[in-house]
Amino acid sequence: MANRVNLQGNQACALGAIAAGCTFYGGYPITPSSEVAEAMARELPKVGGTFIQMEDEIASMGAVVGASMGGVKAMTATSGPGFSLKQENLGYACGAEIPCVIVNVMRGGPSTGMPTRPAQGDVMQARWGTHGDHPIIVLTPASVSECYTETIRAFDLTEQLRVPVIVLIDEVIGHLVETVDLDDLTPQTTVSRKFADTPVEGFEPYAVTEDMIPPFPRPGDGYRSHTTGLTHMPNGFPTQNPAKAEAALTRTTDKLVLHKDLIEFCQLIECAGADLVIVAIGISARAAEQAVRDLRGQGVNVGLFRPLTLWPFPETTLKAAVQGAKAVLVPEMNQGQMVLEVERLMAGDLPVHALNKIDGEAITPSEIAAKVKEVL
Amino acid sequence: MKDLEPETPFEINDYIRLEQMPHFLCPGCGHGIALRALLWAVHELQIDKDKLAVVSGIGCSGRLSAYIDANTFHTTHGRPLAFATGLALARPDLHVIVITGDGDSLAIGGNHLIHACRRNLNLTCMMLNNEIYGMTGGQVSPTTSSNRYTTTTPAGNTEPVFDACALASAAGASFVGREVTMQVTGLKNLMRGAIEHHGFSFVEVISDCTEIYGRKNDLGMSPEMMLSQKATMRPEAYRNTVDVPFRPNALECGVLTQKDRPEYGSAYREMTANLRAKGKQHG
Repeated sequence: MANRVNLQGNQACALGAIAAGCTFYGGYPITPSSEVAEAMARELPKVGGTFIQMEDEIASMGAVVGASMGGVKAMTATSGPGFSLKQENLGYACGAEIPCVIVNVMRGGPSTGMPTRPAQGDVMQARWGTHGDHPIIVLTPASVSECYTETIRAFDLTEQLRVPVIVLIDEVIGHLVETVDLDDLTPQTTVSRKFADTPVEGFEPYAVTEDMIPPFPRPGDGYRSHTTGLTHMPNGFPTQNPAKAEAALTRTTDKLVLHKDLIEFCQLIECAGADLVIVAIGISARAAEQAVRDLRGQGVNVGLFRPLTLWPFPETTLKAAVQGAKAVLVPEMNQGQMVLEVERLMAGDLPVHALNKIDGEAITPSEIAAKVKEVL
Repeated sequence: MKDLEPETPFEINDYIRLEQMPHFLCPGCGHGIALRALLWAVHELQIDKDKLAVVSGIGCSGRLSAYIDANTFHTTHGRPLAFATGLALARPDLHVIVITGDGDSLAIGGNHLIHACRRNLNLTCMMLNNEIYGMTGGQVSPTTSSNRYTTTTPAGNTEPVFDACALASAAGASFVGREVTMQVTGLKNLMRGAIEHHGFSFVEVISDCTEIYGRKNDLGMSPEMMLSQKATMRPEAYRNTVDVPFRPNALECGVLTQKDRPEYGSAYREMTANLRAKGKQHG
């Protein structure tokens, strides 16, 4: 049965969260992400969930982490300035391994910037916004249907791996309206975290397991464990013992390396035999896809590499995708953030060109095509 | 919570994580007394430890959660009420108790406190007021008394003092109380009333930081500090004579506010249940 609807990217994120089993949303109004909160306020009561608008961005992130500590799937959404405020409690979730999903709809910055204008200036904030070495996963939908499916994937990943997941979209994708068939897009099953079910006696909430993902002790199940943002031992209590501290921190980051195949997801368009590979996300990737089609029509051999998982960056896949290419082009709506990672991976083997735009307008296919012709 | 009194007397070892001893509080610190009073109240109310969640912030007060044999969460500075709000809404079957300090809840977490009071979610908040940032070495806090020396008020504190209970009452908290650590039984009874109260309850515990604040201001040893705190309590008869957020040099103790307001979690769940029963929704 078809369930075709016209949806906005932001609304699709909300419906994807509901489809993934999210039952808690803690939010705070901010342009251009507010439609996520508005949709959740309508939808969550229908599934017996809880919506709350907190007193500020910090509190909304705290409430989301608090709800997840209670064992439920929880989410929030925000934009640049709010995302900055959320970093403190997001870092707590990274350190204490509390699953949660944060939708960040990027607008012009810094500071209040251009609230209703698109940008992609949070590529690095999404990766390194909170302090200290920490694991994090960042997904980059580029269409309304992907807002739906990637939000579901965000929940599956955060629950399975106990790592916070950011759904990073720009204002264009957030407010883009497209027709989608939700029945087609909804998976048969979704993933919930592994709850501890072993005997209470001797249970350690951060025990080192083979998959590096400790089972989650749900309050009320008898484990009575301790959760802290302090660097902790397998028993959950703080430590400053150098060996134990290093082991604890290393496991949380090694966890992502171990489960790389589960996390990484890219789209490759016409990369085989391409002279130039464009690396782009979000609305810039949509423009790049059109540019690839136009250029191919003119006999120019270009391809598009689109990292739907932006962080951890799909290194191996990108290196394979650029085999035989003469150059790489990174168009992005910032002064050059993702390009730094691409340059690092190319390590001088290939010239990496940047196309940057920070005027509050999306990059167009013709601008990308012109840049490709200029550098090839 | 059960109607009958517990059959066994309160034994603190039944409620703390002995393996975490020795604790890290300084000699003379009042926080341990407050912890004892809290756990005594938990015992009298016969709360199942599996259903008890304690959420704390950062600072000396924040470290107490690690010693309680319950589901404990040591969160970020000033934010325990925000975490607790999410936890209590997601898990209404849990008894959620927040332990916080004067810096944690009146300075960095002030916004969360006033909105927790306004919202009236079923949470119990115990604020340990020792007038100082002890963990960071003794800096001035919103409750540091006038003219006191701290490491950041080397010539004496010139900032006005925040009255936490007046703030909580004004912001709508439906249960507000204050007690000194000298009155352990009184504090236990106050905590018991706070936990039993259906809605947001706020208890300010006048604690003493002997080691840093007391020493810096020549306030004597812990017993002297506790006696002077007890001596500055405002007599009942004067309770309503001054009502400004800046506290005069006298404290009101006991239950200061108790009112019947709709509890947020119940109200929200009732609203959503009605929506589901109707099977449709406006808008």
